Amino acid sequence: MGIFSKLSSWLLSIFGKRHVRIGIYGPPNAGKTTLANRIAMDWAGEIVGETSEVPHETRKIQKKDKIVIKDGKASLIIDIVDTPGIATKVDFHDFLEYGLSEEEAKKRAKEATEGVIEAIKWLDNVEGVILLMDSTKNPFTQVNITILGNLEARELPVIIAANKIDLNGSTPATLKSAFPQHEVIPISALNGTNMNLLYEAMVRKFGKGK
Amino acid sequence: MEIKVNFIAYEKLNGLSMEEKLNFILKEVEKGQILVLEKGLTTEEQAKLIEMTMKDINDGFVGIEMESYMEERKSFWQKLFGKSRARMTVVGPADKLKTVYRDKDVIKAVIKAR
Repeated sequence: MGIFSKLSSWLLSIFGKRHVRIGIYGPPNAGKTTLANRIAMDWAGEIVGETSEVPHETRKIQKKDKIVIKDGKASLIIDIVDTPGIATKVDFHDFLEYGLSEEEAKKRAKEATEGVIEAIKWLDNVEGVILLMDSTKNPFTQVNITILGNLEARELPVIIAANKIDLNGSTPATLKSAFPQHEVIPISALNGTNMNLLYEAMVRKFGKGK
Repeated sequence: MEIKVNFIAYEKLNGLSMEEKLNFILKEVEKGQILVLEKGLTTEEQAKLIEMTMKDINDGFVGIEMESYMEERKSFWQKLFGKSRARMTVVGPADKLKTVYRDKDVIKAVIKAR
């Protein structure tokens, strides 16, 4: 870290504006890149990455640095880290259903496995996590449990965002009862519903550090 | 077609390093076996097993299905070292073992024979 960065961090700590690296984690197709784009568009006017209905669209870490988010007088500087979806299986046959050729599907599957590994390794490089879950699906999955357990072991501050509340069949209350020890914010990253609640929680939770 | 389900006693894996333990589990699963671990994996071991699985995925092995019941209350030592361990873990090849329902207290799975 250079002297100016140190000075900057020191001044920020004095004036209470923290700079933290926040990872967006979750299973494939939970809407992680849609959420990263929503946050980056709301506060920086740019997107982080492309989205797609085909699972494992994000196969490498994508970052957008120095986004300032505000909640009233309080604010927080974040580097947002959009991670590939974590899964226990990757079958190239699943991609064929979306019209990919076998060669494209196998390439995507290979890159997806590498993305899962990269996402897990990045748990050591983030200072807070938004764990994104699809509120139309059962939250009791091994991926959710494994991610949460690893966040708790690292004592990382975590907010669970129950995404896709705009869809029929969304039951964010199920997520709240499944993980009562964590803060759960129901959102729609796609249309922006409740993003103000998420920003308030981010400033409050990530602003004070571990 | 026969599918083997192996119930692995705590003593079988106790004393192995994490690498040795996960290598044993993954090799068994890649052979098509389903394992029920009497003493489940820690969340750190679960994450490492997912990493190792990803490295081994190929046209014939698409990954694993894994389910665990985590301990409700952490012991003093678990709190001290930040580890959370499953009371029991079931792990098998994803093309044979499929979870059809899961909540806090119930796991329902089907084993598919080909």
